[in-house]
Amino acid sequence: MADSHATAVEAAVPNPELRHHFADMEQQKNAASLGMWLFLVTEIMFFGGLFCAYLVYRSMHFAALAAGSQTLDIKWGAINTAVLIVSSVTVVLAINAIQNGKAKNTIAYLAITVVLGFVFLGIKAIEYTNKFEENHVPGAHFHFTGTFDDNGKEIAVDPHQVELFFSLYFAMTGMHALHMIIGIGIMSTLAVMTWRGRFSAQYYTPIENAGLYWHLVDIIWIYLFPLLYLISRHR
Amino acid sequence: MASAAIPANQVPEKKTNYLTNGYSVKSWLLTTDHKRIAILYLISITAFFFLGGFFAMLIRLELLTPASDLMHADTYNKAFTMHGMIMVFFFLIPVVPATLGNFLVPMMIGAKDLAFPRINLLSWYLYILGGGLILHCMLTGGVDTGWTFYTPFSTAFTNTKIIEAGLAAFIAGFSSIFTGLNFIVTIHRMRAPGLTWNRLPLFIWAQYATSIIMILGTPVVAITIVLVAVERLFHLGIFDPRLGGDPLLFQHLFWFYSHPAVYIMILPSMGVISELITAFSRKRVFGYRFVALSSIAIAVIGFLVWAHHMFVAGISLYAAMIFSFLTFFVGVPSAIKVFNWTATLYKGSISYATPMLYAFGFIGLFTIGGLTGLFLATLGIDVHVTDTYFVVAHFHYVMVGGVVMGFLGGMHFWWPKISGRLYPEGWARLSALFVFVGFNLTFFPQFILGYLGMPRRYADYSQMPEFQVLNVLSTAGASVLAVGYLLPMIYFLWSLRYGPLAENNPWAAAGLEWMTASPPPTFNFDETPVVTWEAYNYDELDHLKEQKEVAVG
Amino acid sequence: MAGQVDALYLYLVLVSAVMTVLIYLAVVVLAVKFRRSAGHKAEQIEGSTVLEIGWSVIPFGVMLTFFIWGALLYFKERTPPTDATEVYVVAKQWMWKIEHMEGQREINELHVPVGENIKLVMTSQDVIHSFYVPAFRIKQDVLPGRYTTLWFKATQPGTYHLFCAEYCGTSHSGMIGHIVVMEPRDYAQWMTGGPSIPLPEAGKQLFSTLGCSTCHRFDIQGRGPNLQNAFGKPVLLEDGRTVMVDDNYVRESILNPTAKIVNGFKPVMPTFQGLITDEQLNALVAYVKSLGQPAAGTAGAQNQPAASPAGQTQKTQVQ
Repeated sequence: MADSHATAVEAAVPNPELRHHFADMEQQKNAASLGMWLFLVTEIMFFGGLFCAYLVYRSMHFAALAAGSQTLDIKWGAINTAVLIVSSVTVVLAINAIQNGKAKNTIAYLAITVVLGFVFLGIKAIEYTNKFEENHVPGAHFHFTGTFDDNGKEIAVDPHQVELFFSLYFAMTGMHALHMIIGIGIMSTLAVMTWRGRFSAQYYTPIENAGLYWHLVDIIWIYLFPLLYLISRHR
Repeated sequence: MASAAIPANQVPEKKTNYLTNGYSVKSWLLTTDHKRIAILYLISITAFFFLGGFFAMLIRLELLTPASDLMHADTYNKAFTMHGMIMVFFFLIPVVPATLGNFLVPMMIGAKDLAFPRINLLSWYLYILGGGLILHCMLTGGVDTGWTFYTPFSTAFTNTKIIEAGLAAFIAGFSSIFTGLNFIVTIHRMRAPGLTWNRLPLFIWAQYATSIIMILGTPVVAITIVLVAVERLFHLGIFDPRLGGDPLLFQHLFWFYSHPAVYIMILPSMGVISELITAFSRKRVFGYRFVALSSIAIAVIGFLVWAHHMFVAGISLYAAMIFSFLTFFVGVPSAIKVFNWTATLYKGSISYATPMLYAFGFIGLFTIGGLTGLFLATLGIDVHVTDTYFVVAHFHYVMVGGVVMGFLGGMHFWWPKISGRLYPEGWARLSALFVFVGFNLTFFPQFILGYLGMPRRYADYSQMPEFQVLNVLSTAGASVLAVGYLLPMIYFLWSLRYGPLAENNPWAAAGLEWMTASPPPTFNFDETPVVTWEAYNYDELDHLKEQKEVAVG
Repeated sequence: MAGQVDALYLYLVLVSAVMTVLIYLAVVVLAVKFRRSAGHKAEQIEGSTVLEIGWSVIPFGVMLTFFIWGALLYFKERTPPTDATEVYVVAKQWMWKIEHMEGQREINELHVPVGENIKLVMTSQDVIHSFYVPAFRIKQDVLPGRYTTLWFKATQPGTYHLFCAEYCGTSHSGMIGHIVVMEPRDYAQWMTGGPSIPLPEAGKQLFSTLGCSTCHRFDIQGRGPNLQNAFGKPVLLEDGRTVMVDDNYVRESILNPTAKIVNGFKPVMPTFQGLITDEQLNALVAYVKSLGQPAAGTAGAQNQPAASPAGQTQKTQVQ
């Protein structure tokens, strides 16, 4: 564990972003970074509860949950996965740009990230609408008459248990989408702040930490996609 | 102890301290000073403590007589639910970390503030928001599910304000998460030069372990609350067996946090006790490394035992055996601490100041509380006593006899540092006695009640009048205990105005916090200390004191 | 077995008392002996690894005895003897509904003959309850949607408290009753009063009136599996899993027929959720259980003396 230590003489003019309780910028940056990592751990535990519920029901009511999963459109899920991976790349490029002092490029990359975020949400909206039209949204109007296709063999399933799948589907992807929206908000704000000259090669910690957040939201989706869409695809 | 008050002719020139650095409401409500935030927490947490205590009083008054004659059963059910929710989420979880922890963690490591002062303030506002919600919930009908809000009762069979109460707990949970996050980063990144991990005060080790649990466990109960709320709102069946769900899944998710939560409550108090025992025996703790690592061990193993709350819930035989075994395992580090504290007394130089009395009380009560935990871990016995007053007695012994004793001991110990005043020792010792006696009288009879078979959460026991005697004893004890809690409120407030001024280090204790003024200046230290000594260096301190005395003549 | 629980409890009480006294004594003696006095300095002692290991390992060893004894007891408590008489219990807010196999129904009271193994097959109509008999030192949560079981053998006639031990709403404290343990003679007499349709018989009638026999035939292969001799054996499901045909499976198949379809059959069975009461459900389960099994589970029809594990027969009266 790194001890805090006062570095040797800093630049003559202390960085205006240095908060009073830190000895130097390096300590501040390390603290901010560790703080963000810890926050991401809490997010993992938060989603972990949902994953746990899903895995438990998956093993208890295998066929029913698989039947629900088979009604999801892999095409959209795959496109969304690609969209998010590309958006993580643009985030990295944004950080790289500000590290080299290229504020304009940073803003551009952040903007692309935001656009990709909206694309993701748009596709989710399409998927949710499809589910709504098929009466797969849990609640009063839920109605399911399908079966689980096990390599051509049709296995009947209990609609209540299939509703469980959709409850968890909407809970997990909904919570994820909420985090996406927050992420889009943060990236937009950072883009504006960059445009206003707040960041430079000497100080870009918020962009770095927001990038970590974005990567986590991406990774959560990378787990959601196979678990929700891909397992038990035998068609 | 020798008089620590400053003679009138030597009162130093008044320097600005954190209390006098701005008197406006804004300077308090928008403060980022960890010490002021600690005071804000202290006031709000104390208020919730007395509110939770009020509900406890209602419970104990109802149980004086077998019939449910003081209030309707529904009201009683709401009373014990509010008592539990307020005490767990708004008192026990934040009490030591958010008050003593916030105040002391930066000072003990030689830092000017926590790593994220604004997040610290945010965590207080989240606490207030959650607290406001629970108050509103209470005033507009309350909740009647018990603080554990088991499904499907809470999702499909009650009309009370589950979602609002759940939201209150959810928000308070984030307050907790941010506190823990802040502490971990601060302890990792902001220690003074020379302050290695093995030189840290044990209070810091305890807070560190607590913070790990806070950030890992709390999010799980957060998502559980979300699922319950979603199920209620949209009539889903995640936990409803009629709709394919499993009520036991709720219990697993709930207890996965709520068991480690009890370690969030006790570990900081254990840290306080380490400080008190060392200061009032004037020696290094026996087995520093073991005590430090036992905190981490409790945090880690504490995550592996949650289903011991579910031995009769319908889990499999084999799962029950595994959790029983692991529960015994988690008892070992706690036992180590008790033995080490006791061994620290050996060849010490022991003073009986109030904080030390609370430390003794802690050891006494925590021993009983911890040992009765072993009864509950034992499967064959748990079947009989789970969901009875035996469990109620057990957890009050560790929560009240443990956490609150540690908190009170710590408040007395650091009161001179926090307020710059000395509390009246005579009254304080009397209160400690009231607390110890009142507590035992309240809760020991409940062990017997539990083994005799009185279930918990019963408003009415008129078919079992044989339970009355023990209940009356318990209520009598509660009145004594209440006095023991009210007295410190009174004399601490009194001391703010009329107590003698305290010098920097009235206890001549080791620790960086004692090296600065009482009360401290806003930025804690005029100069960042450089640490070259081990924790609890009482031999050096006494040596220096002797030298000074010799020099002065 | 209550006596065994008490014995284990006493053991823990003694060990705890000894530990408590030791610690209290140590604290008091040390605090007095080493109280602060002039000229007397504290001696800085770092610690002792030997002691640390000692007072970790030895207490853990003692704890292991608690664990082993407790686990053995628990195992016995949760393993009903195969010859136990079954009684169905349906919990609801806020009463206990009891159904004997012979057809007798009780509310908040359970009459049993002394000296006989009784196995309760319990479910809840609404929320989680818990069946608790302090005198017998037994307790088991009762869940909606599935059966949980509890067994005991009463050894002394008398009346004992029955409590609900899982908070269940307004009248949780009112959900109490009695276990009435009677001499076999008195019990037989008690049994003659009241309705006398045995539960399996009631189930058989329902099996016919609800139309189950249309598909679940015993003569030829019908649209549903032949239930003769099915209970208590494993069965292969459509999705490849194998499950045991037990109380929970039969119950689930009636309420959620498409959940676990037997291999080779089509999902044509209608659900009876909401159409039958828990009591009727219990009757049907009892009937399926009785198909192809020797007449077990009826009181007074004890075949051979069950080899009761040693020392299981104690129980203490509360009142």
